[in-house]
Amino acid sequence: MDTASSRPRGLRLRLRHLRDRLLVTLCLVALVLAVVPLVWVLWEVVGVGVRHLSWEFLTTLPRPPTVGGGGWANAIVGSVVVVGMAMLMGAPVGIATGIYMSEYGDNPLGKSARFLSEVLAGLPSIVAGIVAYGLIVVTMGRFSAVSGAVALALLFIPIVAITTQEALKMVPGHQREASYALGVSEAGTTLSVVLPAAMGNVLTGIMIATARIAGETAPLLFTAFNSRYWMEGIDRPTATIPVNIYAYAISPFEHWHQQAWAGALVLLAMVLALNAVARSLWARRARFMAGH
Amino acid sequence: MSRSVAPLPGRDGRVRRHLRQRWFRYATGALALLVVTVVLLIVQQLWVQSRPTWSEWGLGFLVRTDWDPVQGEFGALPFIAGTLLTSLMALLIAVPISLGIAILLSEYAPRGLRDPLIFVVELLAAVPSVVFGLWGIFVLAPLVQRHVMPAVAGSPLGLLPFFGEPGPGYTLFTASLILAVMIIPIIASLSREALMAVPRDQKEAALALGATRWEATRHVILTYAKGGIFSAAVLGLGRALGETMATTMTIGNRVNLTWDYFQSGYSMTAIIANELREAASEIHVSSLVAIGLVLFLISFLLNSVGRLLLMRTNAPGT
Repeated sequence: MDTASSRPRGLRLRLRHLRDRLLVTLCLVALVLAVVPLVWVLWEVVGVGVRHLSWEFLTTLPRPPTVGGGGWANAIVGSVVVVGMAMLMGAPVGIATGIYMSEYGDNPLGKSARFLSEVLAGLPSIVAGIVAYGLIVVTMGRFSAVSGAVALALLFIPIVAITTQEALKMVPGHQREASYALGVSEAGTTLSVVLPAAMGNVLTGIMIATARIAGETAPLLFTAFNSRYWMEGIDRPTATIPVNIYAYAISPFEHWHQQAWAGALVLLAMVLALNAVARSLWARRARFMAGH
Repeated sequence: MSRSVAPLPGRDGRVRRHLRQRWFRYATGALALLVVTVVLLIVQQLWVQSRPTWSEWGLGFLVRTDWDPVQGEFGALPFIAGTLLTSLMALLIAVPISLGIAILLSEYAPRGLRDPLIFVVELLAAVPSVVFGLWGIFVLAPLVQRHVMPAVAGSPLGLLPFFGEPGPGYTLFTASLILAVMIIPIIASLSREALMAVPRDQKEAALALGATRWEATRHVILTYAKGGIFSAAVLGLGRALGETMATTMTIGNRVNLTWDYFQSGYSMTAIIANELREAASEIHVSSLVAIGLVLFLISFLLNSVGRLLLMRTNAPGT
């Protein structure tokens, strides 16, 4: 890097440059230390998971550990249903909150909604589970898919609210002004000018939030609980992939441990795919918007 | 002249037109208000469900050390201690590593390399906690038991009272390691934002005075971004405290009041995850929820402080 003119001459200067190099090396070591566990986890999950992943695993019901075989089809369906319900409950609230914070939020309500959304997004997920447990499980007298969905919706809403606000803020102000100048109402401007322009990023935010709640386990342990059968209704205990991974991993059966790895592979593939697609879309749009 | 002008709308008309123009603002505002009230709902739920415990032992519940569901004896101290010990150790490990990553990404990495690296660090944040837990049980814990704990015990660190005889693989130490891995992404990305917010001319001035890149980073950038880095650590601590599955699966789940990291312990989240679903007596449920309330209050406090500091330090013009 050094050209002849900038090459350090004195010993002291040389030491300073040496220290510069040394500390950059330390920073590189830090990066490696963070990336190693990631690669390692991916390696194990893919390596072990692939060996035990099968058509049977994806399409059949669990069987007793002593029999062998069986699959997690009910948990896969359960996860899709619980996460889907959480999205249906959470998306309208989250998007509306994001719209308010971005378009009309320059007031105490908008600011406190933003602040509390950020605080809620960092909240222990198990607390959301306790709230849903008290509100629904205790009242209904049994574990249910819907109580799990409520717990996940509590985690979903703040993330969607924040990402929606960020997405709408990227839309240039002159588009709103142009719309108002044409006599379009507030609702019309937001719904037919600002929201369509930001729609891609709003959906990206929803994907990121979905990836986050799809992997949540703690809030489901005592809400959706678990089941060995096909889902019988949203008011019944329901198996989900993350809870199954936990239950199978802490069981004493080798065969169940293997299934836990296969389940982890399914979950990780879903979560990482959602994230990768969402983040690459967001990055491209952000660059596009910045360029104009 | 006045006859040709349409009659001024009355009060009613004005209200109606006002509503017609503003209904959307009020409708979305109502839902934003709902988000604000969710926080109150959480506090109310946790408080109502945990009342029996507070009326039985009051704040003394926080320092009681017994946990015996059969005898009806409950106390939170072993869990609070386990959570604090593991989270603080995780922070101690994660902050230097995160800071190194942040400096590398904001000051040194070439533009073409920066985005992919940020992407990788963010993927780390996307791995579900239960997957880390699975890896912890079957890969990390055996490794820690066979190699890492004996190595630490044999080094000068082993003289500290925090490291006793190497025990089984499922210990406070193993849980701390997993927590450290899990909070690195959030601390690294918030620190990076703090570093990038430093005005470039400050750094360029230092370089122009003959500072090496590292000297400019240390004396100018880090000094400038101190507040942002501190709040990143506070928010990271908040994450570590509330992390459930990876901790539950590696901490050992033994009610054990100790500061020896090489022993099994318990955390606030782990006891709730393990027992709430099967708790039979009212006082058992309420004691678990009481621990949840304490957890909520600590994490709410840390998150609020962290966010407020972040807003102040990252605000333009400061």
